[in-house]
Amino acid sequence: MTVPIIYYLGLSALLFALGSVGLLLKRNLLVQFMCVELMLNAANLAFVAFSQGRADGSVIVFIVMAVAAAEAGVGLALVVVLFRNRNSLDSEDFRLMKG
Amino acid sequence: MKIPYLLALLTYLPAAGGILVLLVNGAQEKVIRWFAFLLSAAVFVLSLLLVASYPLPAAGYVLEETLGWLQVPQLGITHHMGVDGVNLFLVLLTTFLTPIAILSSFTAVHRKVQSYYALLLFLETGMLGVFLALDLVLFYLFWEVTLVPMYLLIGIWGGERRIYAAVKFILYTMVGSLLMLVAILYLHLQTGTGSFDLLRIAGQLSSGAAALTRTQELWLFLAFFVAFAIKVPLFPFHTWLPDAHVEAPTAGSILLAGVLLKMGAYGILRFCLPLFPHASTAFAPLISLLAVIGIIYGALVALVQTDMKKLIAYSSVSHLGFVVLGIFSFSLQGLQGASYQMLNHGISTGALFLIVGILYERRHTRRIEEFGGIARSMPHYAAATLIIALSSIGLPGLNGFVGEFLILLGSFAKNSALTAVAVTGVFFSAAYLLWMYQRVYFGPLTRDENRQLADLDRREWACLIPLILMAVWMGIYSQPFLQRMEGASRNILHPIQSNQLVAREASPDFRPAASPKPAAGESRIAPEPRSFPHE
Amino acid sequence: MSDWFWIIPFFPLAGFLVLGLVGRRLPVAAVSLTACGSVALSFVTALFSWQALLRQPDEARFFSQRLFTWIAAGNFQADFSFGLNPLSMVMVLVITGVGLLIHIYSTGYMHGDPGYPRFFAYLNLFLFAMLTLVMAENYLLLFVGWEGVGLCSYLLIGFWFEKPAAASAGKKAFLVNRIGDAAFLLGLFLLFYQFGTLDFRGIEHALHSEPLHFPVETGQIGTLTLTALLLFVGAVGKSAQIPLYVWLPDAMEGPTPVSALIHAATMVTAGIYLVVRSSALFTRAPLAMETVAVVGMLTAVFAATIGLVQRDIKRVLAYSTVSQLGYMFAAVGVGAFVGGMFHLVTHAFFKALLFLGAGSVIHGLHGEQDLFHMGNLRKQMPRTFAVMLVGMLAIAGVPGLSGFFSKDEILWKLFSSGHTWLWIAGLAGAAMTAFYTARLILLAFGSRPHGEEAHGHAAHESPAVMVVPLVILALLSIAAGWIGLPAWLGTNHLEEFLSPALAVHAEGAHGAGSHSTEIAAAALSSGIALLGIGAALLFYFYRRLDPDALAGRFPFLYRLLRNKYWVDELYRGVFVQPCLWISRRVFWLYWDQEVIDGLVNGTGRILAGAGNILRRLQSGSVRDYAAWLCAGALTVLLYLLIV
Repeated sequence: MTVPIIYYLGLSALLFALGSVGLLLKRNLLVQFMCVELMLNAANLAFVAFSQGRADGSVIVFIVMAVAAAEAGVGLALVVVLFRNRNSLDSEDFRLMKG
Repeated sequence: MKIPYLLALLTYLPAAGGILVLLVNGAQEKVIRWFAFLLSAAVFVLSLLLVASYPLPAAGYVLEETLGWLQVPQLGITHHMGVDGVNLFLVLLTTFLTPIAILSSFTAVHRKVQSYYALLLFLETGMLGVFLALDLVLFYLFWEVTLVPMYLLIGIWGGERRIYAAVKFILYTMVGSLLMLVAILYLHLQTGTGSFDLLRIAGQLSSGAAALTRTQELWLFLAFFVAFAIKVPLFPFHTWLPDAHVEAPTAGSILLAGVLLKMGAYGILRFCLPLFPHASTAFAPLISLLAVIGIIYGALVALVQTDMKKLIAYSSVSHLGFVVLGIFSFSLQGLQGASYQMLNHGISTGALFLIVGILYERRHTRRIEEFGGIARSMPHYAAATLIIALSSIGLPGLNGFVGEFLILLGSFAKNSALTAVAVTGVFFSAAYLLWMYQRVYFGPLTRDENRQLADLDRREWACLIPLILMAVWMGIYSQPFLQRMEGASRNILHPIQSNQLVAREASPDFRPAASPKPAAGESRIAPEPRSFPHE
Repeated sequence: MSDWFWIIPFFPLAGFLVLGLVGRRLPVAAVSLTACGSVALSFVTALFSWQALLRQPDEARFFSQRLFTWIAAGNFQADFSFGLNPLSMVMVLVITGVGLLIHIYSTGYMHGDPGYPRFFAYLNLFLFAMLTLVMAENYLLLFVGWEGVGLCSYLLIGFWFEKPAAASAGKKAFLVNRIGDAAFLLGLFLLFYQFGTLDFRGIEHALHSEPLHFPVETGQIGTLTLTALLLFVGAVGKSAQIPLYVWLPDAMEGPTPVSALIHAATMVTAGIYLVVRSSALFTRAPLAMETVAVVGMLTAVFAATIGLVQRDIKRVLAYSTVSQLGYMFAAVGVGAFVGGMFHLVTHAFFKALLFLGAGSVIHGLHGEQDLFHMGNLRKQMPRTFAVMLVGMLAIAGVPGLSGFFSKDEILWKLFSSGHTWLWIAGLAGAAMTAFYTARLILLAFGSRPHGEEAHGHAAHESPAVMVVPLVILALLSIAAGWIGLPAWLGTNHLEEFLSPALAVHAEGAHGAGSHSTEIAAAALSSGIALLGIGAALLFYFYRRLDPDALAGRFPFLYRLLRNKYWVDELYRGVFVQPCLWISRRVFWLYWDQEVIDGLVNGTGRILAGAGNILRRLQSGSVRDYAAWLCAGALTVLLYLLIV
């Protein structure tokens, strides 16, 4: 038996919504970072669900995971440097680009 | 003597020199300015070859070249340049005025000397490119290239309100040139030749292989025309000019008035008339009206200026009004007169800015009321000014008259009432210049600062004498110029006149309503020229 | 000589170039020699050319020489070509002859002036331009001379440029002339579009050719009339007629030889020359002719009335010049072209004489110009007195002198052509002319009334270089009348000489009238001249009548004349000031700076304001950006769902 695709997609949407709400509401950079990861994985889930019986979606999932790993490395490094310099992880403190 | 790729060499030599000036480190100021001067003088000598190789009579492009390695064939852009009677003398004017402008800055500029002379040389490349380019995209590129050096010249070496003036200058002209860019692209797509080459597009349009609807033509014409009208500047697009002139350094003013303004009128001649003959005819009455308003308006506003440079700037509005009036008279006299008047204006007004610059260097003011009686302390300077002022007024025997007369003669046939109004400009131009002359040069020497003024030195004479000689030469012996302009002017008129003949059956001859009607079957004597033999 | 006649204008040009370029380094004698020598060469060449011209048969009396093409565009062509016909020959002789005398006189008058070489450079340039004007073979080259003399007039009026009045008068002269020039240019355009050429002979040829393409425009204002009127407006400016005469009195700020040469003898007569030269055109336009006659006579009387009460010796002469030019226009206006030219020639002699005499007086009095500060000069300056007396008698029209014959011919032609009103006005003008010139002589040279101090103590007679030209001019003023004797007295040589060059023979300007009527008219006009002189004697010599009392009786009239009808003030108030006000307030400060720049700067401000609002979107907060991202994504989603 197969799980209908709508369940996958529902879970994916739920995860994506959780991630984006978290991104919008939380001020801590680390939490925001984890929310972004959540959204990425929601997208991954959708890809996998759509690629039932086919390979191309899975390939994209692997690419996303690889990129996400790289992104996590760079992103976390940036967060660490930011914390060292500003002694804070509150994203509201970093508004140097204000127009 | 034939030099391969003469046009490209002419165009890029100044820029190459400019780069060289920027690259050398720690060179003396003296070396830099002499290098710039000699280079531009060499370019002038080189450009004389164009005249030497110009056969008479010639109608089309006597020299045309396409640079093989500098083109983008996929996009239809080619590095296509050419010389005919319309741009020949504008090129010469550019190469003639640039050394003078450079020479005039020797003592005036001591700040960032390297960049200053490099920018002047870049500017020369841009101006030459505009006049020589026969590819729309190439033309557009050079058109924009001239903006940057002029913007920086005004903005860095200018007067007190230089930032305002520079920004105004660049925004005004950018608005126009963006319209032109859109029009160029649209024209390219519409004609479907896959090429931006002016001659090919014009050929397609005139042969009927590609056609524009009336609405398309009107809009395209307007887009091109507004760009050019701002540059000319035609009333009411003129208010950038006084500010830019007043703030620009002397050399900038000379080139701005002498050459850059001509780019507008040249663009009209080169692009608007041949590409859009119907639209040109349709808009001619309106544009002629604006030109005449500009003639009178510029003169009247010049009359009440208190700053000499501003006065001359407004006089440019008036003089360029004559040029536009001549172009849109669609007659051979008007067109040749307009081409001639462009040169005259370059020489006379360039010289007037030079003259004001000389005084400004000594007294650091250009306000008329600060002076008075300086013909006593600077007699030579006063004499030179008078000659130049008279040439600008249009005194017969000096250059200005020939152009103005031909323009008015040509436009009289088309619209005598409007021309009658324009003729009053002859009066007003004398009024503002002679009034200024009286207030600055005549009267008693009342201020002590003016008593000590030194007369012209050798370098200043060297700047002025070529201009004065040209003014006299072109006033007395205009044939070498007019002959070379004639063929190209006929070419420009051709599509318009054939269009007019189709549009209305009337011949362009002037037939006054009240003139005695010849009896039936008789032909009029007029206008069969030289029918009377000369003993 | 007929091959080389065209060199006449180029001697003065060479003189100008030498003096203008190196004159300051030359010794005074060399300057004088260059200046006078070049004119003398011209004069001699002109004399020879005249003889050569006389040797030709009547119908072939013209020389022409084309030097090179000046302007050619399309079917338009104008050459630098010079020519001589009887008409221009007369002008050339007058210009070079009187010019030479005045050059010689000036070497004395301007002696010691720091601008000595500059003065002669301008004077030579003037002669070049004037000769170009009269020798031009086409209207456009004539215009070169026309503007050239205007320029020299400007330079010479403002010769003492440190005097604000002089500088301003020079500018005024140039500008007022430019008004006429604008009309002149329009006339040229009309000429070209009718005839296809601007050559004099081409146009005359077309006008005379059979069948007639250009019939006389009687009872209508056709193109020919319009052309003639436009040319006449140009002439009005140059020859100082109503309404453009205002520059000439002010032009007296220049050195006196300039007033004599330019503003009496030669330049101001260019307008008459133009009309006479275009006689073929004017005779086709009767309405234009009438206008010329009426404007001329109006000016003649109007200027004479102003001349009655002026105090400045040169201004009296200036108004007299305006008035006499009016007579010339009146003459040519009724078709008496020869009469106009005749008066032009005699006027050149006696008016130059009067001006130079006045210059001698001013020179002797160290710059004093007010007639009421002069007096008793008869003893100190006997020779000047004698020659000025001759000049005065000549201009007043005392029988036997040149002015009598020329003025009488004009008056007779006015009468015989049926212009009775103009004739009566002309007689009145003649009386006034006699009066004001006699007044001038009496005030300057006569004795002062008791109790008034005369300022003539320090006066001295002028040197010989100044007196000799005066004597020659005086002789000419006496004798010149004999070239144009009326029919009842002899032959009119001038008419015989000129008529091949004029349109009169074709149109038949000879009016009706027997010799006896003509003699009666001559007697009347000379009687009137004597009357005018007699009145002046009563006022200023016998002092039976008191001018001040007369002025007191008619205070308004007196003030009107003293203030020259307030015409200058009128022009200033009606034209100059409003023009400047509108230019400054409306055009420049309002339209340019408020409206156009307002639009430009307003556009800039709107864009800047929009940017100011939009930049708030860039808060710098990552969460705001994320929110915008989500909002954008949702919008796209909604759009996809709905559409």
